[in-house]
Amino acid sequence: MKKTKNLLTAGRRDYLISFGIVILAFAVVQTMILTGNITSSLKGQLVPICAYIVMAVSLNLTVGILGELSLGHAGFMSVGAFAGIVVTTSLADVIPFAPLRLALAMIVGGLLAAVAGVIIGVPVLRLKGDYLAIVTLAFGEIIKNIVNVLYIGRDAKGLHVSLLEPKFELAEGGKMIINGPMGVSGVAKLSTFTSGFVLILITLFLVLNLIHSRTGRAIMSVRDNSIAAESVGISVTRYKLLAFVISAAFAGMAGTLYAMNFSTVTAAKFDFNTSILVLVFVVLGGLGNIWGSIIAATLLTVLPELLRAVRDYRMLIYAILLIAMMLFNNSKLKVRLMEKRAAKRDSKLNKEAD
Amino acid sequence: MRKALSMLLAAAMCTSLLAGCGGSSDTGAADNTADSAADGASTSAAGGVFKLGGTGPLTGAAAIYGNAAKNGAQIAVDEINAEGGAIQFELKYEDDEHDAEKAVNAYNALKDWGMQISLGSVTSKPCEATAAETFADRIFALTPSASSVAVTADKDNMYQMCFADPNQGTASAQYIADQKLGSKIAVIYKNDDVYSSGIYEKFKAEADAKGLEIVSATTFTDASANDFSVQLGEAKSAGADLLFLPMYYQPASLILKQAHDMGYAPKFFGVDGMDGILTLEGFDTSLAEGVMLLTPFNADAEDEKTKSFVEKYKSQFGDVPNQFAADAYDCVYAYKAALEQAGCTADMSAEELCDKLIEAFSSLTFDGLTGETMTWTDGAVSKEPKGMMIQNGAYVGM
Repeated sequence: MKKTKNLLTAGRRDYLISFGIVILAFAVVQTMILTGNITSSLKGQLVPICAYIVMAVSLNLTVGILGELSLGHAGFMSVGAFAGIVVTTSLADVIPFAPLRLALAMIVGGLLAAVAGVIIGVPVLRLKGDYLAIVTLAFGEIIKNIVNVLYIGRDAKGLHVSLLEPKFELAEGGKMIINGPMGVSGVAKLSTFTSGFVLILITLFLVLNLIHSRTGRAIMSVRDNSIAAESVGISVTRYKLLAFVISAAFAGMAGTLYAMNFSTVTAAKFDFNTSILVLVFVVLGGLGNIWGSIIAATLLTVLPELLRAVRDYRMLIYAILLIAMMLFNNSKLKVRLMEKRAAKRDSKLNKEAD
Repeated sequence: MRKALSMLLAAAMCTSLLAGCGGSSDTGAADNTADSAADGASTSAAGGVFKLGGTGPLTGAAAIYGNAAKNGAQIAVDEINAEGGAIQFELKYEDDEHDAEKAVNAYNALKDWGMQISLGSVTSKPCEATAAETFADRIFALTPSASSVAVTADKDNMYQMCFADPNQGTASAQYIADQKLGSKIAVIYKNDDVYSSGIYEKFKAEADAKGLEIVSATTFTDASANDFSVQLGEAKSAGADLLFLPMYYQPASLILKQAHDMGYAPKFFGVDGMDGILTLEGFDTSLAEGVMLLTPFNADAEDEKTKSFVEKYKSQFGDVPNQFAADAYDCVYAYKAALEQAGCTADMSAEELCDKLIEAFSSLTFDGLTGETMTWTDGAVSKEPKGMMIQNGAYVGM
């Protein structure tokens, strides 16, 4: 009885902290914007921060909850980004209402990223071992190279797509949407802080519900002991695929949000480094810890900008901080702190139970 | 021991975080002044000094360009301030790591600082991102070296000091055709780079129009920029007598080396990114003998202006300046000329300056290091490219 109660409170605590942080931060930042107390520097970073939070939370689903290493999360972001741009540019005349167009773009971006997730997941997730890391790593690079040779243009006749070189002639008034290695230029910026906030809420709601549902427990059982999970009738591949595809879909949505915040995007942005950056968010925030991912993504995105004051030593200090945080995460000090906290919580629970 | 260590690290982290916070509160204060200035209030920048800001890669793989531009602009600002005229500048460069997202961050940091006029960004993609911001915020921008067309497209307050990419491609093809430098042309270009593939596209179009035959066009990317034997082999077997290299000088230096090693000696023709090859560390300049390039700036030129600039640059930064430095130097002087012409004062808001500068630049004729009687239409500069050939380790005009 006590056990289940403990479990329930653990779930509720996750919800409370995660939503609490996000809503509180949103309220604070909105007040800052309304009262005009916000720096341009912070204001400019709001949407990227939202996108990185969604990226970190979604990757945490794969790495922390499912326990599979993915090194190509930026690849899904890339799929979502470019799909989203094609959708918003194509629908510019049909749907003049920007938030609706952005939402549609996110859905398409998320769906396409999910399809990419299925394509990778179906063969790879049947295997045991670190194959997913290798394949996702390759996937990220493949997407980058495909977008580099992809030309998509649009004119009155509709969309034109070609690979390697632009093999189509655009009619009068036509526009290149994706111009091969030159990427995308002159995108109308649609992303706003509010849209980012809403996307985070949706992500958190779905991911947290998933984790604390029957399905979520099945996924975690696969992580902890796949043989035991199989023995009680859990289809290991199915649950692995489910978690991985959901994770990919959210990364695609984050990609759309990110891309629609800048007037220009290139495939090279979504490279291995970006994948690792998101992985660093997840690892520093704690594997399986959703609100940890939120805080880590925010801090590590804002930090380099705060450090502009120290000029040339900026990147050095950033690196040292990263190492310090990693050490702290693995230190006995942290373990002791966690134990103390758990003990306190237990005694409180015991008291309540009495 | 471990405990002590982790405590120490935690303490270090806290202090650095606090340092970061200190920085942010500084920018917060600056932001207030920027806001009030942008509101068109009469708050003036201290002492009639124009706040000039720019972003560029000061760290990372493209740092050489960002630092060159920063240093070049700094020399111009120092000169102008030393003269003590009515117009004075305060220059600030922020690092954008050659990344669009970071460039927008850097630009916003400059806005917090109170930037009134902008030098845009040094490299093309980041500049496209910041150009959209300067356009929305109505801050006038003149980029020294971001050469892609999308930088200035549809923006009335975004100007370039360098040639736009297509102009270079077209000019190169015209030059080769007019001077009859070669009949069978091979091109190696970097197809994941805006600059390189932008030039190639226009070069190809103009070459077709001029009846030049492109017998081989091969590509490389960032990841494969360390071996060109396949591309060179193809060019050689296609019988190309001129190799067009629209790229920066690092890969070009490798191509020259490998071509020499395999005994292939066509004529080499480069663009302005080739400038800098003679000062590349560890590069045997005899390999570049006979290389032709179109560049707006020549550090060995004999005129008074160039000589004094190169001398100052050498003594202050220890390098020979490349065209990025010269372009940035010209930018600052062009700003000075335009501000004088428009009769601007430093207490004007960024928005007022923007309107005045747009008007001034439409009628401005400017003589600088990188060209004479430069004029601007729709943000793009028109100036004569100079054909140069490398002889005895130095540029010689053709």
